[in-house]
Amino acid sequence: MTEKLVIIGNGMAPGRMLEHLLEKAPGRYQVTIFNAEPRVNYDRIMLSPVLSGEKAYEEIIIHGDGWYIKHGITLYKGHKIVAIDRTAKTVTSDHGVTEPYDKLVIATGSVPFIIPVPGHNLPGVLTYRDLDDVRAMMLAAQSRAKAVVIGGGLLGLEAAAGLNAQGMDVTVLHVMPTLMERQLDPAAGYLLQRAVEERGIKVITKANTQAITGNGKVEQVELADGTIIPATLVVMAVGIRPNAAIAKEAGIAVNRGIVVDAGMRSNDPDIYALGECAEVSGQVYGLVAPLYEMARVTASQLAGDEAAAFVHSDTPTKLKVTGIELFSLGDFADGDDRQEIVLRDASAGVYKRLVLKDDRIIGTVLYGETADGAWFNDLKKKQTDISEMRDTLIFGQSYQGGAPLDPMAAVAALPDDAEICGCNGVCKGKITGAITGKGLTSLDDVRAHTKASASCGSCTGLVEKLMVLTLGDTYNPAAVQPMCSCTTLGHDEVRRLIKAKGLKTIPAVMQELEWKTSCGCAKCRPALNYYLVCDWPDEYADDYQSRFINERVHANIQKDGTYSVVPRMWGGVTNAAELRAIADVVDKFEIPMVKVTGGQRIDMLGIRKEDLPAVWADLGQAGFVSGHAYAKGLRTVKTCVGSDWCRFGTQDSTGFGVRIEKFMWGSWTPAKVKMAVSGCPRNCAEATCKDVGVICVDSGYEIHFAGAAGLDIKGTEVLGLVKTEDEALEHIVALTQMYREQGRYLERIYKWAKRIGIAEIKRQIMDDGEKRKAYFDRFVFSQKFAQVDPWSERVSGKDKHEFRPMASVGFAQAAE
Amino acid sequence: MMNWVSIGSISDIPRRGARCVATPQGKIAVFRTAEDQVFAIEDHCPHKGGPLSQGIVHGAAVTCPLHNWVISLETGKALGADEGSVRTIPVRIEGERLFIALEALASRAA
Repeated sequence: MTEKLVIIGNGMAPGRMLEHLLEKAPGRYQVTIFNAEPRVNYDRIMLSPVLSGEKAYEEIIIHGDGWYIKHGITLYKGHKIVAIDRTAKTVTSDHGVTEPYDKLVIATGSVPFIIPVPGHNLPGVLTYRDLDDVRAMMLAAQSRAKAVVIGGGLLGLEAAAGLNAQGMDVTVLHVMPTLMERQLDPAAGYLLQRAVEERGIKVITKANTQAITGNGKVEQVELADGTIIPATLVVMAVGIRPNAAIAKEAGIAVNRGIVVDAGMRSNDPDIYALGECAEVSGQVYGLVAPLYEMARVTASQLAGDEAAAFVHSDTPTKLKVTGIELFSLGDFADGDDRQEIVLRDASAGVYKRLVLKDDRIIGTVLYGETADGAWFNDLKKKQTDISEMRDTLIFGQSYQGGAPLDPMAAVAALPDDAEICGCNGVCKGKITGAITGKGLTSLDDVRAHTKASASCGSCTGLVEKLMVLTLGDTYNPAAVQPMCSCTTLGHDEVRRLIKAKGLKTIPAVMQELEWKTSCGCAKCRPALNYYLVCDWPDEYADDYQSRFINERVHANIQKDGTYSVVPRMWGGVTNAAELRAIADVVDKFEIPMVKVTGGQRIDMLGIRKEDLPAVWADLGQAGFVSGHAYAKGLRTVKTCVGSDWCRFGTQDSTGFGVRIEKFMWGSWTPAKVKMAVSGCPRNCAEATCKDVGVICVDSGYEIHFAGAAGLDIKGTEVLGLVKTEDEALEHIVALTQMYREQGRYLERIYKWAKRIGIAEIKRQIMDDGEKRKAYFDRFVFSQKFAQVDPWSERVSGKDKHEFRPMASVGFAQAAE
Repeated sequence: MMNWVSIGSISDIPRRGARCVATPQGKIAVFRTAEDQVFAIEDHCPHKGGPLSQGIVHGAAVTCPLHNWVISLETGKALGADEGSVRTIPVRIEGERLFIALEALASRAA
């Protein structure tokens, strides 16, 4: 018979506990979870990257809804447990659900500490604990106004960096003389303060907050020395305390946290506690590594292994602020029985300090360069006698035994039991063993099988080096393919960082993202130019020198260096006047070839570059604009004659095609976009192999996307059916905008859709009306700056230099 | 003997861009880098004759618009795995003015 296991709380610790339990004793328990937060289990360590905009909530989910269903777990979201009845062995939620248990696990985590100064409960005072806090902060940040973060510890600084990245003017108040004084010595604290200030964040140390004041909402913060700091948002990040109230009410032994033995069992043998709410041997914990260790122990106990016991170990601290490298471990206070080794490199911003006792490392502070952290951690853990290598110890592992200065060699030299992933306690041997044993080839696989680098991600580089060492050349460390050889970043990372850091020029992107070349290459420059055009339509000045020649001169270069010109024919419809004008242009400029294209328009080939402006001028006179046949942008909207003429037509497919084209022309996209509208399912416009297609039916418009008829042949996917033309337009535009914002440069819609998932696209465009509207609005906004006919601009003189030789020399002399 | 011919001012060429100079021996592409270095090479890719002046300029190299060969502006040689080279033409900058040396003209003038 299965036993009933009830878990109160759905954070990272109980989530990990369940993973272990399902592995060790599958089917033994029927599991019910009560989560006071209305959502699934997510990676709380990654809240800071969410706040700074570097990650989205969807990316930090650990267990999606499907996981609970798959394992038959009942998850009550948004249910707070209000009572534990230990006699009846039941728990009751605030929504009135009562659930019996055989075993109960309390994992209620912690609550932020609020300094009880006057005004601490004013609207605008937030804490930094969960996703709701992050969302509230991001909302407040939209004002771009002033924020005060109280607390210069790990959480406070991450909050400050996030708010700063969101565009707020941030001041950090810290009561101690230096930042993060519990993890850093004063020297490293000073370097950290300088780095934080360089980002435009103000830091006030020895700041004693006296009151938060304002009329109905936060307006300012007052310090004990009389300083007044205006602020519309105050974030308190001064610490946490275990959330043990519910246990205390139930009569379970509580000291600072819920008192448990080394087996994570409370004084009620059927009730366990783990995570930040638990107190083991007088200690409470807040970092993820010991919490995961508690999860392992609890799962073993629940699976029947009564010998499993929690043992304290020091956990390294790292700060998750992009660009700040910081590592701290163990005890680094001064003392008569201790020696220290210090390395400072002011120009490189590097500071390293090792604290030794009896020739053994007991504490480490690394700032600016943290690659040797794992090695120092290993020496400390094993109590290695370092007297032999004392002179070179501080320079790191690669200096020992004359080994070359190669990070690869350093990783190769690590012993099998060296810890690689601090968050999940994964050692080198486990990773290399999984790679060879399970035949893993990608970083995602290694994360899935070992959990290494799956939490905060700061050891990703180490894990990748291990993969290279184990797999040799067969491993391409670019599980994320870099954009090009100018950078190690992939397209997605670059796009996200452009938004997160507010980068608005190509030089800014290259500087901030540490491009390896001075001005990029022919691969990355057009991509960056597109990303900037797409992300900052009103602010970015299009860099024509970073565009491919076709987009620079708005014509298609041919093999002999001449150009071809395709005017727009809306929906493929033309008339006598237009055809006459084209005929005149062909005669006048002696254009050698005229051809009908597959997109229902007319191509004139073999035009000399110097003639382009004059050709456009004549075409412009007849009302033609550029057809963008050269653009990574909207090309054509092919149509059939629809209900106007065709005896089978169900809707005005021609009219709708023209409407789409007039609405969307001029927009730049990651790769070319071809569309079509067919008036009935006979599909004469061939809409089912286009990037976006519409099949009109009696009941409305069936929207298709992600087709291909080039290098690959692929039928479209159905996005959905809508009733009216207006709706169809809104859906198509929103879909295109989603693709514009997420697609990698030169990635066609069908490839993007395969990567993102058809279901996800449907969910955002068909099911989420708010999202669809937001995409639509952003497209419309960007069109304000995009719908300028490039031909008429150039007829009026723009970029004259493009079309004329700089000089003609030698001819006169040659004639003599 | 070098025959230096004035072709205009450096500001006629956009940074990270190129302009053409027509000569009796064919077009010459004159490049200006992001750092205001100026180079002149034949406007004719060693691969299939693509107009190098129309390519994207990066560092001291240009990528041909036809098939993405990368040509060094300093040496005229194809970079990377490709092999081939294009004639380079000496350039002199005097203040704002640009001059190129035309050997053929020199021989004719001699």
